[in-house]
Amino acid sequence: MKTKEIAINLKNELLNQFEQHFDVFASANSDFVKDRRRKAAKIFKEIGFPSRNLESWRKTDLTKVLSKDYALNLSSKLEKNNIHDFFSCEINQFDTDLYTQVNGWCVEKQESPKVYENGCIVGSIKAAMHQYPELFEKHYGKYVTNEKNGLIALNSAIFSDGYFIYIPDGVDQDRTLQMVNIINSKKHEFVNARNLVILGKNARLKLVHCDDSIEFKNSLINSVTEVFIDSGAKLDYYKLQNKDEEAVILTNTFFHQEADSSLMSNTLILNGGLVRNDINVLLNGRGANADVVGLYLVDGKQFVDNHIYIDHAVSNCTSNTTFKGIADDEARSVFNGHVLVRQDAQQTLAFQNNHNIQLTNTSKIDTHPFLEIYADDVKCSHGATVGQLDKEALFYIMQRGICERNAKMLLMLAFVGEIVNKISLPTVQEYSHDLVTRRLKGELSACDQCSIECADPDKPLVFEIDMSKV
Amino acid sequence: MLSIKNLHVSINGKEIIKALDLEVNAGEVHAIMGPNGTGKSTLAAVIAGREIFEVTEGEILFEGKNLLEMPIEDRARAGVFLGFQYPIEIPGVSMTNFMRTAIDEIREYRGEKPMTAGEFLKYMKEKQKLVELQSKLSGRSVNEGFSGGEKKKNEIFQMAMLEPKLSFLDETDSGLDIDALRVVANGVNKLKSPDNATVVITHYQRLLDYIVPDFVHIMYNGRIVKTGDKDLALVLEEKGYDWIKKELGEELN
Amino acid sequence: MAKDEDKIIGDLTSSDYKYGFTTDIEMEFIPKGLNEDIVRLISQKKNEPEFLLEYRLKAYKKWLTMEMPDWGHLNIPEIDFNEIIFYAAPKKKKELESLDEVDPELLDTFNKLGISLEEQKALSGVAVDAVIDSVSVKTTFSDTLAKQGIIFMSFSEAVQEHPELIKKYLGSVVPIGDNYFTALNSAVFSDGSFCYIPKGVRCPVELSTYFRINAANTGQFERTLIVADEGSYVSYLEGCTAPQRDENQLHAAIVEIITHKDAEVKYSTVQNWYPGNKEGKGGIFNFVTKRGLCEGDNSKISWTQVETGSAITWKYPSCILKGNHSVAEFYSVAVTNNFQQADTGSKMIHLGKNTKSTIISKGISAGKSHNSYRGLVKINSSAENSRNFSQCDSLLMGDRCGAHTFPYIETNNPSSIVEHEATTSKISEEQLFYCQQRGISNEKAIGLIVNGYAKEVLNQLPMEFAAEAQKLLSISLEGSVG
Repeated sequence: MKTKEIAINLKNELLNQFEQHFDVFASANSDFVKDRRRKAAKIFKEIGFPSRNLESWRKTDLTKVLSKDYALNLSSKLEKNNIHDFFSCEINQFDTDLYTQVNGWCVEKQESPKVYENGCIVGSIKAAMHQYPELFEKHYGKYVTNEKNGLIALNSAIFSDGYFIYIPDGVDQDRTLQMVNIINSKKHEFVNARNLVILGKNARLKLVHCDDSIEFKNSLINSVTEVFIDSGAKLDYYKLQNKDEEAVILTNTFFHQEADSSLMSNTLILNGGLVRNDINVLLNGRGANADVVGLYLVDGKQFVDNHIYIDHAVSNCTSNTTFKGIADDEARSVFNGHVLVRQDAQQTLAFQNNHNIQLTNTSKIDTHPFLEIYADDVKCSHGATVGQLDKEALFYIMQRGICERNAKMLLMLAFVGEIVNKISLPTVQEYSHDLVTRRLKGELSACDQCSIECADPDKPLVFEIDMSKV
Repeated sequence: MLSIKNLHVSINGKEIIKALDLEVNAGEVHAIMGPNGTGKSTLAAVIAGREIFEVTEGEILFEGKNLLEMPIEDRARAGVFLGFQYPIEIPGVSMTNFMRTAIDEIREYRGEKPMTAGEFLKYMKEKQKLVELQSKLSGRSVNEGFSGGEKKKNEIFQMAMLEPKLSFLDETDSGLDIDALRVVANGVNKLKSPDNATVVITHYQRLLDYIVPDFVHIMYNGRIVKTGDKDLALVLEEKGYDWIKKELGEELN
Repeated sequence: MAKDEDKIIGDLTSSDYKYGFTTDIEMEFIPKGLNEDIVRLISQKKNEPEFLLEYRLKAYKKWLTMEMPDWGHLNIPEIDFNEIIFYAAPKKKKELESLDEVDPELLDTFNKLGISLEEQKALSGVAVDAVIDSVSVKTTFSDTLAKQGIIFMSFSEAVQEHPELIKKYLGSVVPIGDNYFTALNSAVFSDGSFCYIPKGVRCPVELSTYFRINAANTGQFERTLIVADEGSYVSYLEGCTAPQRDENQLHAAIVEIITHKDAEVKYSTVQNWYPGNKEGKGGIFNFVTKRGLCEGDNSKISWTQVETGSAITWKYPSCILKGNHSVAEFYSVAVTNNFQQADTGSKMIHLGKNTKSTIISKGISAGKSHNSYRGLVKINSSAENSRNFSQCDSLLMGDRCGAHTFPYIETNNPSSIVEHEATTSKISEEQLFYCQQRGISNEKAIGLIVNGYAKEVLNQLPMEFAAEAQKLLSISLEGSVG
């Protein structure tokens, strides 16, 4: 079957389901949300899934992904009390408030969102839209800057659930929030998750978002996350993607930043069959700062495509994009960075970097670091490299008696260190370092991370020597 | 300990070392001197296993083993150390981690049990003192941002850490001021024992004021053309390399 | 040198587009518009062999199935191909025997262009082929060159005299269906230059072609083919001008270069087509496909371009590095002012082992113009130990212009190294202040700084060309700051 037909078949199937089960999708939805869902379905009907004819989708081929027989999970079947039977977070002594989604449904969905003493609200978006309609309607859908994207339209039409976070003005949420998205199903799950994060003026939040999977079943996650960062607010956002090699993760994240706000977004992609992340940052207030960094380690037949779009809409903002990747075996990675500096965005500082190491001649690395600049008093630069491990350095290390494999490992760890070291939460940094090390040594698969049986916390790590702690 | 017989080495078809012979025994200090481009650094690199050079003829035995058949790291583990003329910067790899990894692997190779973290720390502190290396350097990435002198001291520090049997120090004195030179030389002298041997490659006699060699070899045009005791270096200093050229010319005629 | 600079500075304050004159020469036109009959008519007028007519018809059919490319960062108005005259030639009264017999008006044109053929011939020893409205008017020096076996003549002449070479190489680097404009050119090209350097010959003079669009509503579709046989070398210059007109005129050329083993071709362009007036009216649409094939081992192709003209520039001089150890370079300065739009850059396709490419691109945008670098570096899995280094800098003058960088890097080989760097800057206040404090006017200071910024590229140009290019840079940016 041709690509086009495949995409149309699935599109029609999804739209049929939308019509048939609208009451289920939109159960307990307000008219506002129902209206939004219908409008989005109309757009999706018009444009369908993105095809490779679109410039931004030239490298990502969804044909195979869309040809599977997916199941839409119309309601949550899991209860909160049995989640710990198969999942426990591996981050040792990581003191977080954990919120879990299973197959696109918040485990906490039956409950009202949790209201902290400081006024923070955290919980299921489905519950939140019902309980806090004003807050929800003020922000929902406002930060999606690219409505003509079929995946976003589809998500807006049929999203099941997702998390909702609200940090009021001036509140420093000292508890780190951890959102874990688990797929556990015997079927090919098609998950459409929708998340909304709102930070009030001068609010602070650290958020860790993990995509994990447990059963080795093909699944497709199509998630949309909207984040509003009001003036003076600060968000640290860590995303860890470690799904199985058949999993497909398509994410669209929109950060909307007001004046003097600050964002640190760090994406670690360790495993996944096909991963496509679109990260969009709109710097909408003077003095806003965005650090968007990421790391991708691909091997086997994995495919990772990161699209980072930074929009400097006003003056005096800074952005720093740094992505690094290592491609092994027959894997393929794509980086597409785009910095837009609008006409009035004078005094902009924008830096964009993408560095890659290619280990085999069957792997493929594409990098497209774009700058689009309409203001003259700006400092913008970008750099991109594709190369291999430094042969001189390898020789030097081996001369000291370290075998080639470990010498390469050391250099690879040094290469990725720049990204991992940017994680400001020590426990997460340590954990990430451990994961990356094991991943590079080929010891990490998606399963050993999250199910208790596979994890071996006692396993010594050769390179984990932090002398300051001895 | 080291026995080189009739060594011929080429790079890209150009012969750099021609029929070189050299014997080094435990407890000895050798100095190899000679003008630029005569193959001194090439010799050191070949002994360490640098792959860009091709050994076309001859053999190198180290403690009876054929060195040329051993991979780079095995040579190092067996006790061959090369002090680099231009130490490489490795951003992101801390010195501590780097040395710890090297020592673990060497010990494993020798069938010794790994050091505990505490032992290792203590050991490292000791060695740092020996070469007067500031401890803050060990927290930094390998050679990154080190000054020329710091880089050379760092080489000697690594030599101290790894306790090699045979050390080739390639132009370790170049670019050093007199204080740094003394520190480097002291380090080498302190590490000297009846069980190990050191070969220093140098341009100038200066270093030999601090490291007293048992043998001085003069290398010219890919061969060792003259061998003597430490006085040879003084003669060379006085008469210059032209003297050698002249003498050689006479021999050839 | 000081005198030269004085002159440059003097010119800076002079007129806008000094090449905007038209020449009254009796011209021969064919009916406007494009159809199969027109293609046949062009071929017939040129008395072409059958294979070339077939080539043209095949291209025309292909063109009908294709669409205008829309991926450039350009706003291209619709082009009505039925309003374009696809063939216009100075009417020949009789066969020309020498320069003396050339239409005096025509000679005058060249004098105005600053390339008096006689002068060139006598003084600088540059062999010139002048092409006006697609027809090669006169090639100087061909006799001298012929003694060394070098063939340098108009494309039409070459078709008659060396059909076997044309048949062998035409379309071998740029296939008919490569893009919309190559298909168009392949169908209707009227003339151009052909150059063949035999084995082991180092061409003693610089070969040069001047292109000029003269007649209104005509398109210029010239074709250049350069073949450098084993171990040969040639430096080739190309200059372009056009009169000022209110309507846009179309220029869609193809340049093909083939270098065999150990051969080297250096191709320099100073493109100064009419850019349109200050309100953005008129100007040339410059849609050009230039591509070189480093066919043999150790061969080298070097593109240098100074692009100051055209309303719209769509041009990506490229190299296919097929031979092992082959080398390719692309040096570019592109200036846009007023309402000009440029989307230009290079493509480096590495196929052979140990191949090496360099891209140095300097973009300068002023006024309300848009200047984009777009480049592709592709390392094939067969291209062991290949290297590419790209540096793409942009300089912005004023806050109503745009400077964009769109690099595409695709690698398939772990032993290769690809590096790309880019920066965006403006002329700093401090630099200007410093110059001014030394008594240099703002305008002159900008000229100095811009030329300094572009020096890396200008240095690649042959001497006399470099001076002209410097002058053009300053003139193009006239009035852009104030």
